[in-house]
Amino acid sequence: MSLPQIHRTIEAIWKMESPKLIARLTHIVKDVSLAEDIAQDALVTALEKWEQTGMPENPGAWLMTTAKHRAIDLLRRNKVQDQKYAALAENTALFTEESFSEEIGDDLLRLIFMTCHPALSQDASAAMTLRLLCGLTTKEIARSFLTAEATIAQRIVRAKKTLKEKKVPFEIPAGEELKPRLSSVLEVIYLMFNEGYTATSGSQWTRPLLCREALRLGRVLAEIAPEEPEVHGLVSLMEFQFSRVHTRVNKNGEPILLTDQKRSQWDQLLIRRGTAALERSRKLGGTPGPYALQASISACHALAPSVQETDWTRIAALYEALFTLLPSPIVELNRAVAISMAFGPAVGMQMLDELSTHPSLKNYHLLPSVRGDLLVKLGRNKEARLEFERAALLTQNEREKTLLQNRAKECSKDPAP
Amino acid sequence: MRFMMIVKATTDSEAGKLPSPELIEAMQKYNEELVKAGVLLAGDGLQPTKNSIRISYPEPNGKPTVVDGPFTETKELIAGYTLIEVSSREEAVEWAMRMPDPHGAGQGQIELRQVFEPEDLTDHPDLLEKEAALREELKDR
Repeated sequence: MSLPQIHRTIEAIWKMESPKLIARLTHIVKDVSLAEDIAQDALVTALEKWEQTGMPENPGAWLMTTAKHRAIDLLRRNKVQDQKYAALAENTALFTEESFSEEIGDDLLRLIFMTCHPALSQDASAAMTLRLLCGLTTKEIARSFLTAEATIAQRIVRAKKTLKEKKVPFEIPAGEELKPRLSSVLEVIYLMFNEGYTATSGSQWTRPLLCREALRLGRVLAEIAPEEPEVHGLVSLMEFQFSRVHTRVNKNGEPILLTDQKRSQWDQLLIRRGTAALERSRKLGGTPGPYALQASISACHALAPSVQETDWTRIAALYEALFTLLPSPIVELNRAVAISMAFGPAVGMQMLDELSTHPSLKNYHLLPSVRGDLLVKLGRNKEARLEFERAALLTQNEREKTLLQNRAKECSKDPAP
Repeated sequence: MRFMMIVKATTDSEAGKLPSPELIEAMQKYNEELVKAGVLLAGDGLQPTKNSIRISYPEPNGKPTVVDGPFTETKELIAGYTLIEVSSREEAVEWAMRMPDPHGAGQGQIELRQVFEPEDLTDHPDLLEKEAALREELKDR
């Protein structure tokens, strides 16, 4: 193997092994910052050593053993005051099987509960999770969030400081604490996914790296927390949405609406996986949570052969159920769209008129955009044009702005009969 | 990026001989690892070619010939596949290296093939060029 090849291989191994490594080390040294440093040290040692000796047979186990040695040395050298840690250091097996033990799964789960702790802002959590649980470099994270590398680095440093100051424990929350804590984990993963799926600003519409990492992490979470229906709900939702990622934009990078996408190009493998994840969520029972409901809505689209054959009545009902859990006007807006598809644009318009007075929708570009859509269907093109123009002014996304401006132009080109 | 890890057929797999319990266990453990790392998309084992059908087109634009198995060129046949989603070629190789020797008696062979992504097909310079040429042509008409 040539030197650059070895480096690339080590990079890949780091991506695969570092989350487990850091999780395990955090368990031993009880400090996530220190754990990351030790893991990085082990990586540097590996780079030096493997350049000379070539790759070991089991690089993951090699890294883990080297890192654990360091951690235990450190604990001994610091003459650990806490007896508990000292005992832990004595009893930690040095040679680990590389395979995925339940113990490692639990440590990963503890780590994700830590990086997504509600004491941190969601941005900080996302950056920290991408670095510690997805093995991304600060540079990669910065690039995917269209932020400066220094900003991300600082965000992570501050997050670690906050965790230390608030003495956030390395544990899986239990009892009543579990549900809200799990929600914040799912929120961070979905934030990562969405940030990748629809860039809220800038000219780039999709940033697949973030989607892929969020989806991968979701799949990992589904294995280490298999009893949680909402975890499967979120995975299902992401699988469905990602199945459409390639049909969302045209060659010029302009967005294509769901109703205009080429369904034959949707990724059937991901649709099947989405369906299976939703089924897993359903089988666990209970009232479906917000992610499972959104996944069910996504399933209606994914499994329908065409826009006309979509079960819009069911979608409207699912949005209604979602509204009871997430009473947001945006959910209502979506319900209005489903209702207009099921019962005609006039009924949808009525709902929108009621919604228009809602203060939180005042500057939300999708409201005029949907209104424009329905007005076109009602043949009221002049009014539709004004709505599209208004929506174009409100959106932050350059591509979407172009799309809306084009729709406005089309309205004047093609007057109502 | 997606890779397909293709397990080649062996005399045993073609004879319909099931792997040893140890190998089955090792494969299960390996698959579980793939699942827990969030990289496994799909995978299956295939029946021996005595149950297979081959459709070939010996003449350009001609009629297909249909031949029933078994087929004999063991090394070119496949016995199973595992589809994974990873972030680099190196990661795919690393995962493939961790797969247990699928035969265990000297014939085991795994082939790694990268799967085309839709953007590979639509962004293919040749195709794009052809399309651009076609558009020009249409404009002139």
